[in-house]
Amino acid sequence: MRPFRYERAADEPGAVAAVAEPGAKFLGGGTNLVDLMRLGVESPSLLVDVSRLPFDRIEPLKGGGLRIGAGVRNSELAADSRIRERYPALAEALLAGASGQLRNLATTGGNLMQRTRCPYFQDVTMPCNKREPGSGCPAVEGEHRNLAILGHSEHCVATHPSDMAVALAAFDATVRVVSPEGPRDIPLVEFHRLPGDEPQRDTVLGDGELIVAVDLPALPLAALSRYRKVRERASFAFALVSVAAALEVADGRVVDVRIAFGGLAHRPWRATVAEQTLRGEVAGPEAFVAAADAELAAARPLRDNAYKVDLARAALVQTLEELAA
Amino acid sequence: MSLHINGELHTLELDTRTSLLDLLRERLGLTGAKKGCDHGQCGACTVLVDGRRANACLLLAVTLGGVHVTTIEGLASDGDLHPLQAAFVAQDGFQCGYCTPGQICSAVGMLAEAEAGWPSHATADVTATPALDADEIRERMSGNICRCGAYPNIVAAIEEAAGL
Repeated sequence: MRPFRYERAADEPGAVAAVAEPGAKFLGGGTNLVDLMRLGVESPSLLVDVSRLPFDRIEPLKGGGLRIGAGVRNSELAADSRIRERYPALAEALLAGASGQLRNLATTGGNLMQRTRCPYFQDVTMPCNKREPGSGCPAVEGEHRNLAILGHSEHCVATHPSDMAVALAAFDATVRVVSPEGPRDIPLVEFHRLPGDEPQRDTVLGDGELIVAVDLPALPLAALSRYRKVRERASFAFALVSVAAALEVADGRVVDVRIAFGGLAHRPWRATVAEQTLRGEVAGPEAFVAAADAELAAARPLRDNAYKVDLARAALVQTLEELAA
Repeated sequence: MSLHINGELHTLELDTRTSLLDLLRERLGLTGAKKGCDHGQCGACTVLVDGRRANACLLLAVTLGGVHVTTIEGLASDGDLHPLQAAFVAQDGFQCGYCTPGQICSAVGMLAEAEAGWPSHATADVTATPALDADEIRERMSGNICRCGAYPNIVAAIEEAAGL
């Protein structure tokens, strides 16, 4: 690990001011950043510790939503009774991620900022456009079984690893950030980028912007929601494919629906095409398959990951069937 | 910086790169917590930080000013084994023993989480209060790898300590 200086931020303005230094990075729970520093993928000159700032609460918002402080630990968020009752797929997504020990450390803000687990990104002896822009992407022709089928580019086929963010994408969450220019709110579905020709940029955050909270809007249909994760072992593994979905049915027809996929793209994939296809349809296997196919028509699988198209379709159809039952 | 380890206050000057795990093992001679993978994937380094289980390999020691760390060395009191330590012995919950300190510290934290009503991935309905059983224990302990495969006896030991 390269040497670095450490500063614990006393307050939000202090944190934002300290990170203005070139080479500085915010430190939350550290479960991904410290590991990447050890691997040599990240080498900040200064760590600005924001883990003890008073962003550790979950508070009601006017209108019925919830504001989740950026420092709330993943384990605490998953255990919160308001989250479990009103947004169960979010609790399920958090509980499907990492291990008990890691969830006790990992923060809400840090979870959004975690980097891809693409093996080439994590191996500094290999080229990687995300780690070293312009060096190339060996994954396009190499080991890409677990990588993207949607929204990728010739420069990068990485996937975003978060489970939490998939549920947040389905539920129209917004990310609240601050900078010297003041606060701004970014819809979660726009927070993470597609790689295009700048895969080194995972998110739309500007230099020095600090995540202070994630806001969940009041969303009554989220009370009937599920998160389904498909992975290579029963626990403590990243998703091959995951689905967060909420469904409202009346008189046998779909009134409203929210769907997002994980494991398929460089960002959580909000399935707006599938949602539009489903609204007003008879809630049953036929419509569910048609909706999945409509969304996945945009898929461009790589040589070894076409299985993800079938897996994503099956995962979505099963999740919707469970919700409709 | 200063932190409490097993009830004792330590005031230290540290390289910022020092992990809690290296501080424990290399500076303080507390070699119970083990370095398995050093990437947060195996759980052999699990300790309790302010009562919650955490991977000591991923914590930078310099961030821990004022916190209370409990390691496997700090679980016994007055020479009496912690109930989980006793249960691991009684149920033969190990073979080579390398993962055991992490397993036991993790189980201490896990049982407190279950006691507090925290759900897990094995909880069928996250809106309900989960009841601990073997499936719940296996899921909640998935952050601790045992390469000897002593899992059946590890689960039995935790069931015994939990009074199941």
